[in-house]
Amino acid sequence: MTKVKTGIGRRSFIKSVSIAGGGLIIGFNWMACKKATEEGGKEMAMQMPDEWFELNGYLKIGDNGVVTIYSPNPEIGQNVKTSMPMIVAEELDVDWDKVIVEQAPLNTDIFTRQLAGGSQSIRQGWESLRTAGATARQMLLTAAANQWEVPVSELSVEKGIISHANSDKSISYGEIAKAAAQVEVPEEVELKDNDSFKIIGTSRKNVDAKKIVTGQPLYGLDVYKDGMVIAMMVQPPAFGMQLKTMDAEKVKEMPGIIDVFTIDTYPEDMEKEWSDVTAFSKLAVIVGESTWQVMKAKKALKVEWELKPDLVEQIQILEKSPGMENTSGLESSKMHASLMKEIGSKKAEVVRKDGDPEKAFKNAARVIERSYTCPFLAHNCMEPMNFYANVSDGKAELLGPIQTPEYAEKSINKRLGLALEDIDIQMTRMGGGFGRRLYGNFLVEAAVISDKIGKPVKLVYTREDDMSNGVYRPAYHVTYRAALDGNNKLTALHVNAGGIPESPLFANRFPAGAIDNYLAESWTLESNISVGAFRAPRSNFIAGAEQSFLDELAEEMGQDPIQFRLDLLKRAQNDPVGESNDYDAARYAGVLELVRDKSGWNNGSSGLNRGVSAYYCHNSYVAQILDMSIKGNQPVIDKVTCAVDCGIVVNPDAAKNMVEGGTIDGIGHALYSQVTFEDGKPQQNNFDTYRLIRHQEAPKKIDVYFVENGIDPTGLGEPPFPPIMGAVANALYKATGQRFYDQPFINQLNGKQTELKT
Amino acid sequence: MAEFSLTINGKKQVLDLDPDTPLLWVLRDHLKLVGTKYGCGIAQCGACTVHFNGSAVRSCQLPISSAAGNEITTIEGLSENGDHPVQKAWLEHDVPQCGYCQAGQIMSASALLNRNPNPSDSEIENAMNGNICRCGTYTRIKAAIKSASDSQIA
Repeated sequence: MTKVKTGIGRRSFIKSVSIAGGGLIIGFNWMACKKATEEGGKEMAMQMPDEWFELNGYLKIGDNGVVTIYSPNPEIGQNVKTSMPMIVAEELDVDWDKVIVEQAPLNTDIFTRQLAGGSQSIRQGWESLRTAGATARQMLLTAAANQWEVPVSELSVEKGIISHANSDKSISYGEIAKAAAQVEVPEEVELKDNDSFKIIGTSRKNVDAKKIVTGQPLYGLDVYKDGMVIAMMVQPPAFGMQLKTMDAEKVKEMPGIIDVFTIDTYPEDMEKEWSDVTAFSKLAVIVGESTWQVMKAKKALKVEWELKPDLVEQIQILEKSPGMENTSGLESSKMHASLMKEIGSKKAEVVRKDGDPEKAFKNAARVIERSYTCPFLAHNCMEPMNFYANVSDGKAELLGPIQTPEYAEKSINKRLGLALEDIDIQMTRMGGGFGRRLYGNFLVEAAVISDKIGKPVKLVYTREDDMSNGVYRPAYHVTYRAALDGNNKLTALHVNAGGIPESPLFANRFPAGAIDNYLAESWTLESNISVGAFRAPRSNFIAGAEQSFLDELAEEMGQDPIQFRLDLLKRAQNDPVGESNDYDAARYAGVLELVRDKSGWNNGSSGLNRGVSAYYCHNSYVAQILDMSIKGNQPVIDKVTCAVDCGIVVNPDAAKNMVEGGTIDGIGHALYSQVTFEDGKPQQNNFDTYRLIRHQEAPKKIDVYFVENGIDPTGLGEPPFPPIMGAVANALYKATGQRFYDQPFINQLNGKQTELKT
Repeated sequence: MAEFSLTINGKKQVLDLDPDTPLLWVLRDHLKLVGTKYGCGIAQCGACTVHFNGSAVRSCQLPISSAAGNEITTIEGLSENGDHPVQKAWLEHDVPQCGYCQAGQIMSASALLNRNPNPSDSEIENAMNGNICRCGTYTRIKAAIKSASDSQIA
């Protein structure tokens, strides 16, 4: 057993008084009155207790033994609303069937890092969640020991029933909860050994599944409150433009329209948080009684736009350059591509250098150089951006989908001058996040609108608004160069990576550390287009590019692509180059060996068009093998085999679901998705022009295998996403005989359909 | 504004709305049946799928004037206790991630099984191709539809 101090988040363990009445539980009447079904996960005929006893900020126990566990982190589909409470329940030693889960509101006194991002919820919550459960368990045991006048060491717990070893005494958590709430909070508690886990490592159904499949209100867009009005915004049509004037008179007369005005979400003098990102601070806003009425008014509203002042200055400078006389000053994808190609061919900032790469390249018998690119991407959460805000009497009530409630609270504090304690933020279940909802511009906009009109409001983005609002995945470019000596041995690697407006490079990741002479350079290009984190930022491009290059390199060197990687990893493990390598070469090799074994790579895989890829990010290791065939000139993914090392797997079937989803997401974005620009205007604004992967294009089969090593859990939401893009490119090569360097790959496929092998 | 009479989940509803109001917003804004989701507004994502006289349609493209007088079923009315074979299969396979698209997926799947109780893999893919799942639960959706189809046969 591990002893831990409960001092971490001490305030969350302050003993609290009992809470009377079952009515405090909101939204569970439905659950309590429905008849029991077998399949419903947490669905059952559960009687609500008459009285609740809160043992700490993470949980309360009812007098009948029902336990409510608060899930601290935002739920965006990564399933933490099930897996985080599972961890609490494990240490509490309670029957999972008697657990009710509620989404906790933002509460920085009780919880730390209430954020959905970086695949860190489980990794960083691991100890505090376990400690919360163990602390409550200890208090319940102490209360029982006091009542029976026996030592705590003689007591044991099974599914919420405390038993005394030396007598036939037993008592349920429900019966002792009242006394436990009066027990001093222990300073130190013991955590279980991994091999005594009963809930962690077993598959438990999504606690919201029944509500999801029956269409119950769960999401921000489902919020309807008394007196609430609907707001929509009109944003500039292009990046680099801003609102000039608006003619609202006619629109104000339209049926159901309450008001039309402009807002400035982030005034220049406002102190911003990192999460306050928008290219369009000044917006036209329409407020009305119903969504459709506001949508119609939005289309009818006449707004004039103008170039931003800083852009006007830039144009004046640009126009003096030869060939730039007629520049609009607004960005286009064509311009991005030529700029990235040009800058990517020059020397850039050296981020890491091992050995003497210049000499190695000079002495090389052969140099292989390849460049890779990817476009901007829109997150496209299926639930468009929205938020409910009610700002009145110096208080703000905010309810909706946000991945960063703590930062949003600070933004509202700065923007509206409200005290932090007067800002209440509650998270709904989110119809996807993918990083988009880290940036709460829509939340601030909703609050500013509510403050302005003095009414509760739900701000709703249309899909077109959502897709044109920016905060995109950046466009990237990378060039890899490899030096081979006369014996066809790899002697040096040079990576030159950049993007608009950030570089995708992780200079200390594999294959750094495995090659004697290594040079990593990085550059950036400024842009008017706003960007943000997108599922596995930077990795979501560089992984695929790097793994494609290694594949091509292995072929050029006449080596098996998996063995080639394993040999490099062996070098990195036994005799690493440099001291700042940020990966564990043995675990990296472990997933490659597992996927090789499970996919039958070495036996009978001839005839299959297979692509392999492996990558490390968010503290976890993923290797994938993708089998592809071409039918009707289109790629068909017959099978993907995934090997994952994320340490302890809390909820295995849900974890498999996450790996399957990340894999499909990666295949889709690599093959089909892009945002392109002309004159600053995104050329895709809905799913008729922006292509997301669909049922017919999904893999026919996905097999997922986890490495079992008992290491504390690490990230899973992001790691399966980046490497599969390399596996897609490598399988495409096998299937078509062509290498694919530019995402989305469908462009090249469609342009050269006749050359495809069938 | 005009008065329309609709039958939704077997219940008659009379609403006084603009004739061009899409059924999607009638359901969500005016009847508070929010299980039917807004995803794109142009019939490209399938999140708003409902049954119109038993067939799957996109409610974002169906004005109330056309919906009136027809039988509409939404996810809330698919079964009394959430125990339609498709819903049960979704729970059995623990399909949802974020869950937002799943009501539309379930409505498309149940309409498919109504007209074709034992669809092949490609028939499932074709029928479901208009329903986007951004989380990528496609393989589970297909497995769930096959389970539901088996349970209907049995």
